[in-house]
Amino acid sequence: MIGWEKAKFFVIRHHTGLMVCGLALFLALTPLVMDNPYNLGILNLIGLYVIVVLGLNLFIGFAGQISLGHAAFFGLGAYGSAILTATYGFPAWPAMILTAGAMALVALALGIPTLRLSGHYLAMATLGFNYVVDSIFVQWDAVTGGPSGLSGVPPLSIGGLTFDSDLKFHYLVWTFALVALTLCLNLVRTGVGRGLAALGADEVAAAALGVDVQRQKNGVFVLSAVMASVAGSLYAHYFGYVNPDAFSVFKSLDLVIMVVVGGLGSVWGTLFGASFITVLPHFLGFLETYMDIIHGVILVVILIFLPQGFVSGLVDIIRIRWARRRLAMDRQS
Amino acid sequence: MGGNLLEISNLSKNFGGLPALSEVSFGVETGQVTALIGPNGAGKTTLINCLTGVIRPDGGAIRFKGADIAGLPAHRVARLGISRTFQNLRIFPRLTVLDNVLCGLTVQAGASLLEALFLPPGLRHRERRLKLTALEALDAFGLADKAGWPVGVLAYGDKKRVEMARAFVSQPVLTLLDEPVAGLNAEETATVATFIRQMRLAGKTMILVEHDMEMVMGISDHVVVLDGGSRIAQGTPDAVRHNPLVIEAYLGRMSATA
Ligand SMILES: Nc1ncnc2c1ncn2[C@@H]1O[C@H](COP(=O)(O)OP(=O)(O)OP(=O)(O)O)[C@@H](O)[C@H]1O
Ligand SMILES: [Mg+2]
Repeated sequence: MIGWEKAKFFVIRHHTGLMVCGLALFLALTPLVMDNPYNLGILNLIGLYVIVVLGLNLFIGFAGQISLGHAAFFGLGAYGSAILTATYGFPAWPAMILTAGAMALVALALGIPTLRLSGHYLAMATLGFNYVVDSIFVQWDAVTGGPSGLSGVPPLSIGGLTFDSDLKFHYLVWTFALVALTLCLNLVRTGVGRGLAALGADEVAAAALGVDVQRQKNGVFVLSAVMASVAGSLYAHYFGYVNPDAFSVFKSLDLVIMVVVGGLGSVWGTLFGASFITVLPHFLGFLETYMDIIHGVILVVILIFLPQGFVSGLVDIIRIRWARRRLAMDRQS
Repeated sequence: MGGNLLEISNLSKNFGGLPALSEVSFGVETGQVTALIGPNGAGKTTLINCLTGVIRPDGGAIRFKGADIAGLPAHRVARLGISRTFQNLRIFPRLTVLDNVLCGLTVQAGASLLEALFLPPGLRHRERRLKLTALEALDAFGLADKAGWPVGVLAYGDKKRVEMARAFVSQPVLTLLDEPVAGLNAEETATVATFIRQMRLAGKTMILVEHDMEMVMGISDHVVVLDGGSRIAQGTPDAVRHNPLVIEAYLGRMSATA
């Protein structure tokens, strides 16, 4: 009996860690069941987007800001690694770190002036940023390879292990994704996470409680840019080439839609959001030309009916129902 | 006068050329409840907003423990141990009751973004302690059983209490309460009054903004009366109540609005 109580206490206390471990186990075993490289490829793509969307969800869902330019950070990460390794023969891991560091500076330079503004201005500024970056990818032939992009990006390797197949990359990308997931779960359980949620809801009240609103906004913007950049680097080494199509303004919109489907401020929901939007075109292959419209419709429908996003919106409804019922029961007794 | 915790001198603030505060001066002694009263639009909230860095005063000084804090940004003011509630209830509706109160411990939680990402054991431990502190505060307000609920579903009176708990949970040096009983029924008002009295007995320093003179009389040591942005009187509750200027300000306004 005591042992049972202890186990229950352990599970309650460490439920977040246990869920991450469970997911890790599940992902470690997936390739045993799903050995078809096409499906593994999709799962790898999901892993890459999970890393980007986790950071973006901290920025949009927690801190209540909006970015329509995260595909640019993703793209700059990919191009940064591709140029450094394929063109200049730089070693891959230092290139990834260097690119991410540069992205932190870019995000800071973009964030300090624009994060004072809010709503439309921020959306416009990030959109403009994505547009400029995308144009550079297309126009600056000599460095970026123009519309056809760059190829010959070597795969990543650690020691003697080279991540040159879908299967090997599966373990690499999901290790990154699970680390990112753990970091985000850590963050939201501390005062910093509560501060972000507070400033997302009401900047004046948050500041009066001691939250340095500008600093935190910039911090989380930089964090999300660095995560996007790392995912971009992984992307470049996985596919071996980069081209501008993958990092356009439309990709930024897709990333926002992933956040919304996962639910604003829901770390776990992010997994669902990234998976759903990545898998969708593979189920609706026959509707491929209408994919942008479908994405748009999903976004509009969710925002109309569940403004907090799909997963967390549903969770909210259940929590509120439950609390209301308790409240009514209290009143009766 | 030198021993005052807070010393406001000649504080002024204009909104678009119209004075909301003109040359207001008064002091707040440690361990006392200072009531700030005055009719609608007198400038009470503006004064609280200047004190907490929500808005910048145009002139004058605010000395807190001897240092001038006028114009300091809000989060820096909060770090000095000055907490507040808002006239129009500013809680975070989607967060749970517990998280709302934990937000009152932002300064104590004080981790950097990077530290929070890696959540070292020290921080984990601190978070656990803060959670206990917050639960104790909720208990003191009779809200402990609702700790896990989204605050949005609570009744108005409970929401007000959550905001009060959030303001007091950090053991602040000075707490500014902007109309803590506005919108509450008689019973809830009495509860809040009792609570403020308890806090005063515990040695807390508070500024209490209130419309209603009767409410203020029983619980404050010192009363400051604002009208049209100027201080028109100050003194003990009794002295202020019988001050002809105050009576006129109140009666004049009352008959105009009634
Ligand atoms: N942000 C603002 N912009 C312009 N005018 C303002 C602003 N805030 C307050 N005022 C004006 O300043 C004056 C003082 O307002 P304040 O809110 O401080 O009054 P108050 O004493 O708190 O009144 P109440 O009892 O109604 O809360 C009012 O005339 C108000 O219209
Ligand atoms: Mg007011």
